[in-house]
Amino acid sequence: MSISPEQVLKVSRLARLELSDDELATMTAQLSQVVDYVDQLSELNTDDVVPMAHALDLTNVFVVDQVAESLERSQALANAPHADGECYLVPAVMGD
Amino acid sequence: MSLFDLTACEQLAELASGRTTSVELTQACLAQIDAHDSQVGAFLHVDRAGALAAAERIDARRQAGQALGQLAGLPVAVKDVLCTQGMPTTCGSRMLEHFRPPYNATVVDRLHTADAVLIGKTNMDEFAMGGSTENSAFQATHNPWALDHTAGGSSGGAAACVAAGMVNLSIGSDTGGSIRQPAAHCGVTGLKPSYGRVSRYGLVAFASSLDQVGPLARTAEDVALLLGAVAGHDPRDSTSANRPADEYLAQIAQPLTGLRLGVVREHFAEGLDPAVQRSVREALTVYKSLGAQVSEISLPHSKYAVATYYVIAPSEASSNLARYDGVHYGYRTDEQAMLTELESQRARLEAAGDEQGLAELDSALVRMYRRSRAEGFGPEVKRRIMLGTYALSAGYYDAYYLKALKVRRLIRQDYDAAFRDVDLLVGPVSPTPAFRLGELTDDPLSMYLVDLYTASANLAGVAGLSLPCGQSNGLPIGLQLQAPPFAEARLLRAAHMFQQATDWHAQRPALCSSS
Amino acid sequence: MSEPYTMVVGLEVHVQLATASKLFCRCSTRFGAEPNTQTCPLCIGLPGALPVMNREAYELGLKAALGLNLEIPRFTKWDRKSYYYPDLPKGYQISQYDLPMSQNGYLEIRDPKGRFETRRIGINRAHLEEDAGKSLHDEAGAVADSRIDLNRCGTPLLEIVSEPDIRSPFEAKAYLSELKLLLTFLNVSDCNMQEGSLRVDANVNLHIDGPDGQVATPIVEVKNMNSFRAVERALTYEAARQYDAWQETGQAKGDVPKQTRGWDDTAGVTHGMRHKEESSDYPYFPDPDLVPVTVTDEEIEQVRQSLGALPAALRDRLQTEFGLSDYDSDVIVGQGPALVEYYLDLAQATGDGKLASNWVQQDVMRYLNDQAIAVADYPVRPDQLAELLTKVKVGELDTSRGRQVLEHMLAAGGTAAEAVEHLGIKQVDAGEEVELCRELLAANPQIVADLQAGKLKAAGALIGMAKKTNPNVNPGRVREIAIELANQWDT
Repeated sequence: MSISPEQVLKVSRLARLELSDDELATMTAQLSQVVDYVDQLSELNTDDVVPMAHALDLTNVFVVDQVAESLERSQALANAPHADGECYLVPAVMGD
Repeated sequence: MSLFDLTACEQLAELASGRTTSVELTQACLAQIDAHDSQVGAFLHVDRAGALAAAERIDARRQAGQALGQLAGLPVAVKDVLCTQGMPTTCGSRMLEHFRPPYNATVVDRLHTADAVLIGKTNMDEFAMGGSTENSAFQATHNPWALDHTAGGSSGGAAACVAAGMVNLSIGSDTGGSIRQPAAHCGVTGLKPSYGRVSRYGLVAFASSLDQVGPLARTAEDVALLLGAVAGHDPRDSTSANRPADEYLAQIAQPLTGLRLGVVREHFAEGLDPAVQRSVREALTVYKSLGAQVSEISLPHSKYAVATYYVIAPSEASSNLARYDGVHYGYRTDEQAMLTELESQRARLEAAGDEQGLAELDSALVRMYRRSRAEGFGPEVKRRIMLGTYALSAGYYDAYYLKALKVRRLIRQDYDAAFRDVDLLVGPVSPTPAFRLGELTDDPLSMYLVDLYTASANLAGVAGLSLPCGQSNGLPIGLQLQAPPFAEARLLRAAHMFQQATDWHAQRPALCSSS
Repeated sequence: MSEPYTMVVGLEVHVQLATASKLFCRCSTRFGAEPNTQTCPLCIGLPGALPVMNREAYELGLKAALGLNLEIPRFTKWDRKSYYYPDLPKGYQISQYDLPMSQNGYLEIRDPKGRFETRRIGINRAHLEEDAGKSLHDEAGAVADSRIDLNRCGTPLLEIVSEPDIRSPFEAKAYLSELKLLLTFLNVSDCNMQEGSLRVDANVNLHIDGPDGQVATPIVEVKNMNSFRAVERALTYEAARQYDAWQETGQAKGDVPKQTRGWDDTAGVTHGMRHKEESSDYPYFPDPDLVPVTVTDEEIEQVRQSLGALPAALRDRLQTEFGLSDYDSDVIVGQGPALVEYYLDLAQATGDGKLASNWVQQDVMRYLNDQAIAVADYPVRPDQLAELLTKVKVGELDTSRGRQVLEHMLAAGGTAAEAVEHLGIKQVDAGEEVELCRELLAANPQIVADLQAGKLKAAGALIGMAKKTNPNVNPGRVREIAIELANQWDT
């Protein structure tokens, strides 16, 4: 395995995903397989290659600073799992 | 001749002459959906009332002699990855099962402006991640040519609904082959436009630097018609190209003289199904007979395309999908049950004096995030989020993410070099025809390799098209044409030439004729 | 400094840029709206919504950067900084990481009272980023839910990161005051701390001279300081706390991970905070939804030309051109661009910078403070006040008469001449004044004697009497005449 279960667990915490023990085992095996495959990229010498983050070379796309209408609050909150008509509600955020 | 046998372009003529109405066309589509979709599973949502009402409005305007848009009265299906105001937009995910966007995607707005009739939302792999449409949280889509086979993916519903004659025009999205591969498997024509050609505004993001929205239809002409309606600059998408769309349909019948086709050597390597190989070679013969020069060409880094793709796409996805946390919209776990469980865990740890355990115990908020995401996402989405988070995490960023961005540049440079010598690249879409449902679901890597010939177009940002070029055991085979950025018109003309000389695109699955 | 250590402070300041709409969408940035009434699909992080960059925000950032002597790279890009928090709906903040819009600048800080040497505080970088929303916590602290307001989401911020060049709480305050003043002059931000348009975090540690050489204490990030005064107090507290902690534990930088502490203004202490996310575990990555920004030399030069006079240059000008002291120039410039402009108009019209400075500081500023109004709303225009000051300067009016005139102008409007007339102030002929003094001295031999004996205070009584007889006499002149007459008095 190129990735350990401990690493997978750590990544799952970073990704805010809860994994069952079974899922952790499967995930460890599957991610290892994919990462091993991906490791073929290391064969290539890319020292002088400029990374390509965008498919299209565009720059300076701007809009004018002009206020447009916002959503009605009822629309904004319409999809919220839990709201009180004014705000979104979440379990109490403590310690911050 | 029944409406069912006409292409969208032909239906437009019928509508214009008054020999049919939009309501009749819409009813015919709904009838076909009623007849076959319980077997095919192409649609997640059919907007029967909305579609008929829209069709009536358009017919009335036509009657009144008003000017109408370029798709006036034609039913169009939209992949459930595009936001439709007030209509479900699930992305094939439990996470968005009850989500109704307060806004329309630009492409949806443009369909409305063109007076299309939006008939419904089509099935897809969850968040467009997959190549079989089996990863939908709601249903698998079955291939209309052989119901025990997949329709391909992730735009499986978008391709299958066209193949099954439910609708002539369909909108899909393609991040690594998600339009072209299902088009190939379902025997229809599908186009992934150049990056920046069609607005991504309102397209639920999978991998933002790779995603493109594109049309599927039976013929290149219909694809050109639909592309013309949705393509063009959108100021709401910073990555949209600020150049006008071409007159795709008006130009399509102009033959390409002296067309130079490059056969991608690397696409005929091991793993290519012999039947697919044979059909592609036969297609080359057809092109030669039409006057094209065919030469072999190399994309030296294409063997790295899948590896590059499976770093970049999951990395972007892990970030794009961070927003699904059950706070502002989407699925949230049962909060009371979660809090109760958390309290009892805390009590247990306290009783045991387990300091370490207590320190590691989630806060209520973190537990809500983790639980909501665990329950709201399916296994493939979780795999990709994990993969992407890993590739972006400290210590691996340079080795994976940054490395992949560099190889991406090499892949793009291969294309640039190739297009100096040839006008279009030609090869297979997929190594095999459609596979059986369930065949690859437990084997992620094999599933990823179905993107072998398609992912590089997304990485490079070039345009790619899939068109039917043969069959094997009753399953369609697709031919892929690729063109330099913004040469969609050339791509469509080449596809049209082929379709004028062959009738693979006119074949219909047996399922259709049973209606 | 008598402390056995050197304090090392770097400040991270977030200022809200004065745009009408947000950084990447067109929702309003207006403060004080009802919760969740200034949001759109992008603010809520709805799927499919895409950001487009606000040109004005970039240009304000550029102005601030040039004002802070920062270099402007010709290419800059956008990155996503990932963390999970309910007030961050996308799960990442759009910010700038490895290629910020500006870097390597400085801000000069000074103290006209000389409590520290004038020096340059290095500025590592200033970059643009979007703000998050607000979590409203139940004050009662019960099990109740937290409420999330997303109005602030996407508000444009400029994060200005100083080098760890600050050496005392007092210097920190001076840096912040100077920074705020500069940004106010540039019209880049209103810098209103109450409304959250200026926020400060500090990185603090101590360099302690020990027997085995210098030791650095662990770096602590201090948050939740809601005023410049709070910054000063928090840093003072933190220095003492770190010194005590070092004496107790001996822990040095690197022995423990960087800690975040919050300032409790009421209790006057800092306390440890929980980490939101191990951010170092999850680096930034380029935002694929946004394209880079490039800028040319000409564009930069154009913005540079538009900056106008900045505080440091104005202080110099007030000192060299108008002869003001370091302190006076600091006070006037410290009031902001509108008052400086008022002063310059006044000083030029009167041709007496010091007189103008006195009146601006003692009269104009006091009135503005008392009435809590802005310079623009001050009822007397600089040219009108200049007319009055000219009368004072040539001795037509003494200072207290001048003040009366000003009061009248403030209350009733009109010119100084009109006020003078309305108040019945008449120029008294010099001969009249001599005659009056002669009469009064004749009637008051004791005053004559006192003046002859050099007790010049006695002139005050005479001036009082003269004013009683004729309120328009010029006290200064009466005084001079009285002394002169007394010295020639034949008794």
